[in-house]
Amino acid sequence: MSLDLNIFFEASPDPGVTYAGMLLSGLAWTVALALLAWVLALIVGTAVGVARTLPFKWLVMLGNAYVEVFRNIPLLVQLFLWYFVLPEILPAAIGNWIKSFDAPWGPFFTALVGLGLFTSARIAEQVRAGINSLAKGQRNAGLAVGMTLGQTYRYVLLPMAARRIIPPLTSEFMTIFKNSSVALTIGVIELTAQAQQMNEFTFRTYEALGAATVIYIIVALTVNQLMALIERKSYIPGLIKQER
Amino acid sequence: MIKIDNVSKHYGPFQVLKNCSTEVKKGEVVVVCGPSGSGKSTLIKCVNALEPFQQGSITVSGVSVGDKKTNLPKLRAQVGMVFQHFELFPHMSLTENLAIAQIKVLGRRREEAMDKGMKLLERVGLKAHAHKYPGQLSGGQQQRVAIARALAMDPICMLFDEPTSALDPEMINEVLDVMVELAQEGMTMMCVTHEMGFAKKVANRVIFMDQGEIIEDREKHAFFETPASDRAQQFLSKILTH
Amino acid sequence: MMNLDYSVLLRALPYLGEGLLFSLQITLVAMAGGIVFGTLLALARLSRYKKLATVAAGYVNLMRSIPLILAIFWIFFLIPEIVAWLIGADHPVQIGTTRTAFIAFTLFEAAYFCEVIRAGILAVPRGQEGAGQALGFTYAQNMRYVVLPQAFRAMIPVLLTQTIILFQDTSLLYVISATDFLGAASKVAQRDGRLVEFYTFAALVYFAICFTLSKVVKRYQARLNKNVAHA
Repeated sequence: MSLDLNIFFEASPDPGVTYAGMLLSGLAWTVALALLAWVLALIVGTAVGVARTLPFKWLVMLGNAYVEVFRNIPLLVQLFLWYFVLPEILPAAIGNWIKSFDAPWGPFFTALVGLGLFTSARIAEQVRAGINSLAKGQRNAGLAVGMTLGQTYRYVLLPMAARRIIPPLTSEFMTIFKNSSVALTIGVIELTAQAQQMNEFTFRTYEALGAATVIYIIVALTVNQLMALIERKSYIPGLIKQER
Repeated sequence: MIKIDNVSKHYGPFQVLKNCSTEVKKGEVVVVCGPSGSGKSTLIKCVNALEPFQQGSITVSGVSVGDKKTNLPKLRAQVGMVFQHFELFPHMSLTENLAIAQIKVLGRRREEAMDKGMKLLERVGLKAHAHKYPGQLSGGQQQRVAIARALAMDPICMLFDEPTSALDPEMINEVLDVMVELAQEGMTMMCVTHEMGFAKKVANRVIFMDQGEIIEDREKHAFFETPASDRAQQFLSKILTH
Repeated sequence: MMNLDYSVLLRALPYLGEGLLFSLQITLVAMAGGIVFGTLLALARLSRYKKLATVAAGYVNLMRSIPLILAIFWIFFLIPEIVAWLIGADHPVQIGTTRTAFIAFTLFEAAYFCEVIRAGILAVPRGQEGAGQALGFTYAQNMRYVVLPQAFRAMIPVLLTQTIILFQDTSLLYVISATDFLGAASKVAQRDGRLVEFYTFAALVYFAICFTLSKVVKRYQARLNKNVAHA
């Protein structure tokens, strides 16, 4: 096997776009999808995770049900549910409105919601575990100085839990980039899809898949560095000693 | 000040508190002791509603703790509490630990809260450590800060839940000294503790609990000189020979 | 709202059953293969031979950095090339979707199992290894009789959870048009023009299986925790 790197600078079937340009556009979709879905996942996941630690039984049950549903169905099947099933079972007016979004926006928004909610269930699990890992005494201490339950979460429990869940969140953040490739099944032309298209146009499999692989590795390393930076920034002096 | 009337509490079929009644008057210091599992920590946590109870009533300065309509945060803000494991907020510096509730609960201005916090840190001998985080202090130092945090709210009474039992022996006295000083200033205090030296020095009454019941509730000299029950006698002989 | 027709589901059940069986087969083979290969990788990563440790770490990190779909594309392309090279043929030799899928999932999941197993080995107290050495065990004996049994007992819930994820991941074989459970559902769904019924049904079946398994794992974990607490 011999690699031919010039292939990346040849014109693709897209007018005026080289194969390198094709891959970069794929990367852009991957990054946009992963980051926006991450924001959605963080917001929903934190809300659901917190709900599962509150002293309200029905809210805990609702949160548990949410997590079980989104964790026990494969991501690909969830995307199909959002993309093919949901618009059909909603009232026709809403269904048609959803279907009226043309590619690339229709598939992109669907993937954004699907990937975001799928990941939110996993984040909810981390948030719940993070809050529960704090000794019950911290909650009591917050309440004992007269804070409301809301204030206790806002000033005591969440800031501590957030620091504890940075390592598992790093791994989820990496996962969302990888999982975003599943969106190619509903027509989002992200990085993996572009690599596969380039492969089909050129039969230069090593170059096409190899380039995508290298890009994914660079993304993974970048994410890792970024999260390590956040971990350093949120370091609390003397905390390790404090752990019981 | 604190009135506990016929309080019972269950965890499922297990009864942790059985018809407990007692009272702590303004300016009184009451020590609660008893073997582990006797319900003494549960009882003191009922006083500021950190633990719910099913029967009886508790009032603090006339306000019913068990009443659903009671504004619990407001009540708790007036009742200082010190925990066995300190429970300082590990992600805040000492000054922030002392200021946060003053600002967020009492609505004090930040400078005022910081000022008050600093004065209290000085009082417990830790002014030089003000910028540090709890994890950088020894256990005894942390507990002194925890007492200062409670005092910063200008409480009408203080609850102590085994404040020295998680400490290394050499650090116990620095915490007891602060508590003794408080008692001598006239603070109303309810203390779950095994420190009988502390009890002898400043307590007005001693309550002895076993298996969820208040067995003895007597003036301290009477308690130490002629404990009425066998169980209290046994308990005293066990902890005093050490 | 469209009208739904559930009789199409009934007629397709045997075909869907075969697809589900294929998914379960891949799951079991890749789990067994992944645990064996993953254990070897974990031992290699913890080895004192620096080069071996580096190679193993490189493999694991590579697999964990790329999406499974990309790995599937890679392996379905590479296996025929490698087989051709092995037997000296001048054209890529196909060995069939099933076997290729077995290999693809084993190779990919081994990297994930490796990290679980490595953490499990590291969680065994250092003193245990020392105790084994003091009794005169060789490295292999020490791993076989002292370290790995303790590590695996504690790891079983995590390994099973990873296996549930693996089962969900088999749905990605859809991208190479394999007839796993989702692939089967998708094929009849498109033939009959009944996407809603078939995809909803597929979701329910996946949920039922994964939810039940995860409950079993949770119960097992609770029992394990209780035993540890009593020990």
